[in-house]
Amino acid sequence: MTARFSPAAGAASALRWFSRARRKYRTEWWIMIAGILVIALIVAMTVFPHVFTKYNPNDQDAGGQMTAPSRAHIMGTDNLSRDVWARVVYGAQTILGVAIAAALLSALIGIPLGLLSGFAGGLVDRILSLVMDSVYSFPGLILAIAFAAMLGPGVINITLAVAVVYIPTYFRLVRGQTLSIKEEVYVEAARAIGARRGTILGRYVFPNVIATVVVVLSLNIADAIMTEAALSYIGLGLPAGIPDWGMDLSMGKKFLPSGTWWMITFPGLMIMLLALGFTMLGEGLAEILNPRLLEK
Amino acid sequence: MRHLASYILTRILLAIPMVFIMLTIVFVVLRVMPGDPVNAMLGAHAPQRVIDQKKEELGLNKPIMVQYVEYLGKLVRLDLGDSMIFKQKVSQPIIEKLPATIELTLFGLLVSLGIGIPLGAAAARRRRSGGDFGIRLYANVVYCIPVFWMGLLLQLFFGVWLGWFPVSGRTSPRMEASVFSKTGFYIVDTLRIGNLAAFGDVMWHLVLPSITLGVVLSGIFVRLTRANMLDVLKSDYILAARARGIPERRVVYNHGLRNALIPIVTMLGLQFSLLLAGAILTESTFSWPGMGRLLLERIYLRDYPTIQGVIVVYTLVVSAMSLLVDLLYAAIDPRVKY
Repeated sequence: MTARFSPAAGAASALRWFSRARRKYRTEWWIMIAGILVIALIVAMTVFPHVFTKYNPNDQDAGGQMTAPSRAHIMGTDNLSRDVWARVVYGAQTILGVAIAAALLSALIGIPLGLLSGFAGGLVDRILSLVMDSVYSFPGLILAIAFAAMLGPGVINITLAVAVVYIPTYFRLVRGQTLSIKEEVYVEAARAIGARRGTILGRYVFPNVIATVVVVLSLNIADAIMTEAALSYIGLGLPAGIPDWGMDLSMGKKFLPSGTWWMITFPGLMIMLLALGFTMLGEGLAEILNPRLLEK
Repeated sequence: MRHLASYILTRILLAIPMVFIMLTIVFVVLRVMPGDPVNAMLGAHAPQRVIDQKKEELGLNKPIMVQYVEYLGKLVRLDLGDSMIFKQKVSQPIIEKLPATIELTLFGLLVSLGIGIPLGAAAARRRRSGGDFGIRLYANVVYCIPVFWMGLLLQLFFGVWLGWFPVSGRTSPRMEASVFSKTGFYIVDTLRIGNLAAFGDVMWHLVLPSITLGVVLSGIFVRLTRANMLDVLKSDYILAARARGIPERRVVYNHGLRNALIPIVTMLGLQFSLLLAGAILTESTFSWPGMGRLLLERIYLRDYPTIQGVIVVYTLVVSAMSLLVDLLYAAIDPRVKY
């Protein structure tokens, strides 16, 4: 391990890997690229919103009230005369931030618990599995609603409410993998040469779990996006003033009878696109990293 | 028969820990989290004396363990307690609203199976063709459509613009309440008294909500069916059927699909959970007077006993469904032993 890491060599080897993968998995490759492009576009919106729109999402003087899409307002204006496109652009920050933070948080809790449970076995494993399986089989949204209702509105609170739902997903995945990896010869070998349990878990088991976790993380972010949108749609998510697609949809719903299609079309389309981006990324990765994972 | 009875009994006993765990989680969440129900109910400026009195009235001043044991004790006697806001038992609105949710969920399930299974089978039959790709794309796209957005779009097209279907409620306001008072399942009620006009009205109201729920969840069934079909089509008996010269259509649909459906039945339990979650959002979009709307309404009113009761009933429904699925599995696959 004396060789120094050279960025050029690293990039070259990554490039080689990518071009090999592209040739081998043609369809999956393009699915993944399409997903990445969608995500990149929306990430760009969150980082440089002012490049995409000149309006402030909370400016109640952006144009007329509930005007249909026009050259000045490509997605029209809402009931408070705010520019819908500006709200779409700035709303990306909220949903993307909450979904990614929630997915990471549940991974951060679920993965160690799964490793522990699968590796230790015994009573700890049985109790943890029972609890996690119960939560897993329960409708996640209802659980998130209960947490969100108790915690009250707020960006951190909604993140926590969404995160709770997905802990069992990581737990079950990592536990299952740990159980099978534990029996591998290389783990036995590590044990035979006297490696400590922590070392075995950290250096032999965990790295083999990670590929699957990456795939599930991506699919999970897609799910978290829809859960966040659902919570704020039913009014349990965020305080007023933060632009949010789910909240804009529930606002648009009130004015639906008057035929203001632009108020519901665009925020919903964005939720779908963002979720689709992460799903496509996950599916493509799954096929490339571990073809058997998503067969069922 | 004795085997079946003992199987059902064991299966029910196995469901108890799950119900119990969910109960405990909900109980703890509702009490430990910030947001005291009494403060919320009386407002922040209520005098301490009034707050204490109310807490005593509701039994909230006791230690949490005592409250928990009392709650479980009542629950065993099927008593969900009393509402904090209205003078009613928690069970009363639940009994009224549960049929609406079950009707919606069942029809949603029918729509999603009706779309998902044929599409999944067709995709597996023509694996790697353009059709297969299109169907897989459909499955992924609909899975990413938020249920409520789907509902809003359908409302916009078929309700507001075309005016073909109603966008809210279970019946037209002009329908007499007496038609529906028996079971709460409007379809059953109207058919039982033979009121076809009312039955038609109920079905007409079910169209958009069940399509909303069904289409969004059909993607999952497309994927499940396709994956199972691909497995089944590789098996020897399919090869044997082809070798005997049975037409391809019959091989795929009679020999293949029937066997591919078995694992799908086992997955129904988990999908049912998703359907219930989707139903909450559908109910909220279509003003459908079911459990989901009840839950949300009571959350805004901070009626904690009712919130808890609704979640308990959801837990029971999910467990009952997974029990039913297991029994169904044993019934359709004779190889499964009790």
